[in-house]
Amino acid sequence: MNPIKTFVPIINGLKITLGHMFKKPITLQYPDERPKVATRFRGLHALNVSHNKAKCVACYLCPTVCPAKCITVEAGEDANHDKFASVYEIDMLRCIFCGYCVEACPVDAIKMTGEFELANYRREDFVYSKERLLEKK
Amino acid sequence: MDIVILGLPMMYYIAMVAKVLVAFVFVLLTVAYATYAERKIIGHMQVRLGPMRTGWHGLLQPIADGVKLFFKEEIVPSQASTFAFLVAPLIALIPAFITFAVIPFGGVIEVAGYKIPLQIAAYFDTTAGKVFDVNVGVLYILAMSSLGVYGIVLAGWASNSKYSLLGGLRASAQMISYELSAGLSIVAVFMLSGTLSMNEIVKLQSGLGGFEWYVFKQPLAFVMFFICSIAEINRTPFDLPEAETELVSGFCTEYSSMKYAMFFMAEYANMVTVCALTTTLFLGGWNGPLATTIPLLGPVYFVAKVYFLIFFCMWLRATVPRYRYDQLMHLGWKVFIPLALLNIVVTGIWNFIIQ
Repeated sequence: MNPIKTFVPIINGLKITLGHMFKKPITLQYPDERPKVATRFRGLHALNVSHNKAKCVACYLCPTVCPAKCITVEAGEDANHDKFASVYEIDMLRCIFCGYCVEACPVDAIKMTGEFELANYRREDFVYSKERLLEKK
Repeated sequence: MDIVILGLPMMYYIAMVAKVLVAFVFVLLTVAYATYAERKIIGHMQVRLGPMRTGWHGLLQPIADGVKLFFKEEIVPSQASTFAFLVAPLIALIPAFITFAVIPFGGVIEVAGYKIPLQIAAYFDTTAGKVFDVNVGVLYILAMSSLGVYGIVLAGWASNSKYSLLGGLRASAQMISYELSAGLSIVAVFMLSGTLSMNEIVKLQSGLGGFEWYVFKQPLAFVMFFICSIAEINRTPFDLPEAETELVSGFCTEYSSMKYAMFFMAEYANMVTVCALTTTLFLGGWNGPLATTIPLLGPVYFVAKVYFLIFFCMWLRATVPRYRYDQLMHLGWKVFIPLALLNIVVTGIWNFIIQ
């Protein structure tokens, strides 16, 4: 056993660990410190609003393109005989956050927010209704 | 206070008991906070933070851990031999603490006119004018540290589990082989000191502003003794008895609650003891600038040196990966024992030439 070959790597390693000790820790103290969410992050969906109602025209493009089949849309007719989504639900347990619904939408009615804390206590709570999805101003 | 017991006043006994209590509580607190320090230091070495949420910067973490372990369910496996299973943690823990009895952690202080040496198993004889302690102190330490093996082997055997048994077997083989080389490497120190009394060994290292320390006279013995001690107390890089990748948790796999905590405490108490012993034998014990004129500085120097060595143990743990079992045995039997013997021979020849 060569003492130089044995001890030099250990001493080099000790130097490295001591050097790291004085670096700033990269830990994020999560519930107290919030992570910076990138602008293109694909989190919880939100339905865009214009003139105090959802922009969605219930064209069914998003449930068609959705690979996880998590979007349920039912069309309705409002007082001006315009088509609108009377039911718009997204099942977050199925959603894979691919963002295809946003891409497919012809009227820019749906977007994805930076909201990532989607845990819930009951399965029903994971199905987001239209009211819960409407964008918060 | 003029009650006299065996020719000594009550005050003397109170001071002696106070000394023992202070030393014991200090070791206990050091053991508790060594766990915190270890998590914190290794955390920062891995660019993490370590415990942060219990108290300011996680300072109450050891207490929280203790309380949690205390209230956990006590599980004794149905196939285990109950008595041995229950007594094993105690056998591991007690030698770890009683070793401290012979380690001098300061000079002689005066309390109410009585001179009290800062060493648990020692007294100051006023007629002879010097401190008497256990004159085979090192032998006592070696004996106690080998008793610690029984706790671990017994735990491994009594658990009646394959992992525990393998951990216990590994522990016994490792601790016995490294105890041999640790014992042999400090023989060279005793050849220089000519005494086994810890107090005398510290006194012999007091001169020349630190250059009388045995680490300068016996650097090889120092390195070997420290490495062998780390191996003997089963710390990384020699923690094979509890190698979690192979043996789950080794000898303490089947243990839970306070019994597990006892093994944990024993491990850290052993680390403190070994660091204290290394300090006493090689780093001049409680010696330091002005330590003889201001007696209260002695314990400060001693604690500083011990804490540095404990830090070094943790630093080593954050750096070096675990040894393989055959490498461990190779290192113990084929490297350290011949080196220690060679060191003894060279020291003997050197001593002979000088005389």
